[in-house]
Amino acid sequence: MSSDVRFTDFKSDKQPTWCPGCGDFGTMNGIMKALANSGTDPDNTFVVAGIGCSGKIGTYMHSYAIHGVHGRSLPVAAGVKLANPNLTVVAAGGDGDGYSIGAGHFIHAVRRNVDMAYTVMDNRIYGLTKGQASPTSREDFETSTTPEGPQQPPVNPHALALAAGGTFIAQSFATDHKRHAEIVQQAIEHDGFGFVNVFSPCVTFNDVDTYDYFRDNLVDLADTDHDPTDYDAAKEKILDSSKEYEGVIYKDESSVSYEQKFGVDENMSEIPSGAPDDAMDLVREFY
Amino acid sequence: MPADFNWAIGGEAGDGIDSTGKIFAQALSRAGRHVFTSKDFASRIRGGYTAYKVRTAIDPVQSVVDRLDVLIALTQRTIDENLDELHDGSVIIYDGDRSTMADVEIPEGMIGLDVPLKALAEEAGGAIMRNVVALGAACAVADFPIENLDSALKKRFGGKGEAIVENNKKAARAGLEYVNEEFDYEFDYDLETTDNDYVLLNGDQAIGMGAIAAGCRFYAGYPITPATNVMEYLTGRIERYGGHVVQAEDELAAINLALGAARAGARSMTATSGPGIDLMAETFGLVATSETPLVIVDVMRSGPSTGMPTKQEQGDLNMMLYGGHGEIPRFVVAPTSIDECFWKTVEAFNMAEKYQLPVYVAADLAMAVTEQTFPPEAFDMDKVEIDRGKVVDDDSIDEWLDEKGRFQPHAITDDGVSPRAFPGTKQGAHMSTGLEHDELGRRTEDREMRVEQVNKRDRKVETAKSSEDLSPREFGNPDSDSLIISWGSNEGALVEALDFLEEDGVDVRILSVPYMFPRPDLTEDVEAADDVIVVECNATGQFANVVEHDTLTRVKRINKYDGVRFKADELADEIKATLEAEEVSA
Repeated sequence: MSSDVRFTDFKSDKQPTWCPGCGDFGTMNGIMKALANSGTDPDNTFVVAGIGCSGKIGTYMHSYAIHGVHGRSLPVAAGVKLANPNLTVVAAGGDGDGYSIGAGHFIHAVRRNVDMAYTVMDNRIYGLTKGQASPTSREDFETSTTPEGPQQPPVNPHALALAAGGTFIAQSFATDHKRHAEIVQQAIEHDGFGFVNVFSPCVTFNDVDTYDYFRDNLVDLADTDHDPTDYDAAKEKILDSSKEYEGVIYKDESSVSYEQKFGVDENMSEIPSGAPDDAMDLVREFY
Repeated sequence: MPADFNWAIGGEAGDGIDSTGKIFAQALSRAGRHVFTSKDFASRIRGGYTAYKVRTAIDPVQSVVDRLDVLIALTQRTIDENLDELHDGSVIIYDGDRSTMADVEIPEGMIGLDVPLKALAEEAGGAIMRNVVALGAACAVADFPIENLDSALKKRFGGKGEAIVENNKKAARAGLEYVNEEFDYEFDYDLETTDNDYVLLNGDQAIGMGAIAAGCRFYAGYPITPATNVMEYLTGRIERYGGHVVQAEDELAAINLALGAARAGARSMTATSGPGIDLMAETFGLVATSETPLVIVDVMRSGPSTGMPTKQEQGDLNMMLYGGHGEIPRFVVAPTSIDECFWKTVEAFNMAEKYQLPVYVAADLAMAVTEQTFPPEAFDMDKVEIDRGKVVDDDSIDEWLDEKGRFQPHAITDDGVSPRAFPGTKQGAHMSTGLEHDELGRRTEDREMRVEQVNKRDRKVETAKSSEDLSPREFGNPDSDSLIISWGSNEGALVEALDFLEEDGVDVRILSVPYMFPRPDLTEDVEAADDVIVVECNATGQFANVVEHDTLTRVKRINKYDGVRFKADELADEIKATLEAEEVSA
């Protein structure tokens, strides 16, 4: 890996088609900065994107990447990392991708604790299909498919992550550029599953959870005496629905990644040109 | 006396039927006899009828027949379930002291041996060994030297200590001696032994071993009957070669994990059965359009939906050939025997990487859970060749960069195959997507590029057809006017049916087809025959339809969909009846 990598090296020459002002611009820029600052380069980075506006991120970035099936970015990312632990792996998707169609994988990816970062661009709406309620939409959020609001409590992704044994749980805000990049970099550098919910406002379809709303209501944990290694303090913050927090909410400093636990440390792309030398031993086992 | 000997132990699930049967099969194999096993089992952990059957001979055996010579019956139901296979002179070993056998009825003409299995086991050290007492009794009936049982007992119980092994040997001898002393029958069996060394394995294990031999380093799967044994085989073994097995949260995750590993450059595999294939259909299109090499094993079982999970069927062919929305090539190879499960898995990995697409290995329950003996040379690892296809490295990548220095993972080529760069390769960073894409892997809806990419992917099929040997396996009389076409595990029963047919003066030519797509062109073979019969374990004749489509000729069909595999003698009768039947109407 080279030491003079700039964050723009992670940018492709494809112009984003996100709406002007979309939070995803800031989210992506922060991810690129975090990657550059963490010391990797595009040829040793793998980005796995979901489906939706957020899923386009793989196209606008320059790295090895796959834009997969809706909701399935996390198992793909884990497969990449386990097959070549030398790679820096980032999964990126939206709130619908991660907490609705992919919710099952989210729980298990947290449990598995593969060393990767997962950034969820949370705009609390389905943008690409033009404005339906998402799993993080407010209970009374009126949309074309929920004229009286979803009438269901929004998913609390951090609570899910904590309950599933999460080892790095954080939240950032797309336009708070420096903090966002810092937090994502910590998620990348965490030995395990680094989860960051990124508030990434939709300027076209969500007139409730706007830039102004987040600016006015976000509390940066860095400005408080919050200790992210304190499980009980983290639990309290996560279950406090009266506030929106920015920063690392919980970090298990004794986290051991899945790869370390299982001793998965080889680049599996390298194999011999025939069966392994001692392969006849496998046959003899059946005597 | 027939050349083969057919033995079974049956009782309730939880009675240790499987492990007892396996011990006997192993003892025969180690004594240099060929063995073919089959199982009747239910989808439950305890209760319900279950049986383990062993057919053995000096010559290779590759099928089951409709005949049972010795049956160890732990329940009355075991006798009832096997009435059609039992015959005059069949021996039934049972324990009259067991409550389930107190009112036993031994069918007329058969020999019932009431052996106090439990009591003798207790004398030898514990009631738990009653099945081993029964094995000893069976040795007496079959005139099989009991010493051959010892090494199988050691393999099974060695981990529990020498005392346990010795007690089991004692229990077996108690059964043997009881039969020799208490009964005065002249049994007609004589299970000779040879000095040959055989290995005994099932199709799932052969697939797993083939995967390791082929360089598979990553496996993700979700437990499902009858494919779980593939994952169980790989777990604990693939790690020795730097690989890893992940038990995923569901089949959606399993195929996506496997896809991710393949994108990172690993030879990667998942195995499942029909219900899992349904879920994997979601990601299948992504695998294919992103041109990712992936091996997907479908160990077919009876469907639809949950169907009959522990019963045989070849009902997923249409799903593998046509499943998934849109149109995209995929290869389907179908091993025809247990040793071929090994070789076809190796081949599937090579095809997947040479043509950069998903390859289905279409196996079925009848071969997956069946054990068969082979000489170890049947799995000669020196013959395994690995072809990774068009992989570029830091140096050779240059010729695949565009004028702006960007790598082209979907470059339009004459053979349809594009270059592949593993992550970490310098200048290789690129995008893959389920969207239609250009040569760079970026989304496009450009009409010309869409057509070029579709055509490029389809050209891989033509390339494979012209460079791969897709020949069917041939048996019987090559000049016969009667052509039997088969796929999957029916081959063994068909080959053995040849002997039964010969006795009746019927000769046939058999083509056993291991490639479902791309597949051999059978037009000339079909046209040269007066009668063509396609044999398969499904109701609608999925492969027969394909043959008719390819050859533009109507064929006759033998279909079995009662959940039970073909038996050699039964199949011979079916073939005779079908050949004698009226012509099919066009």
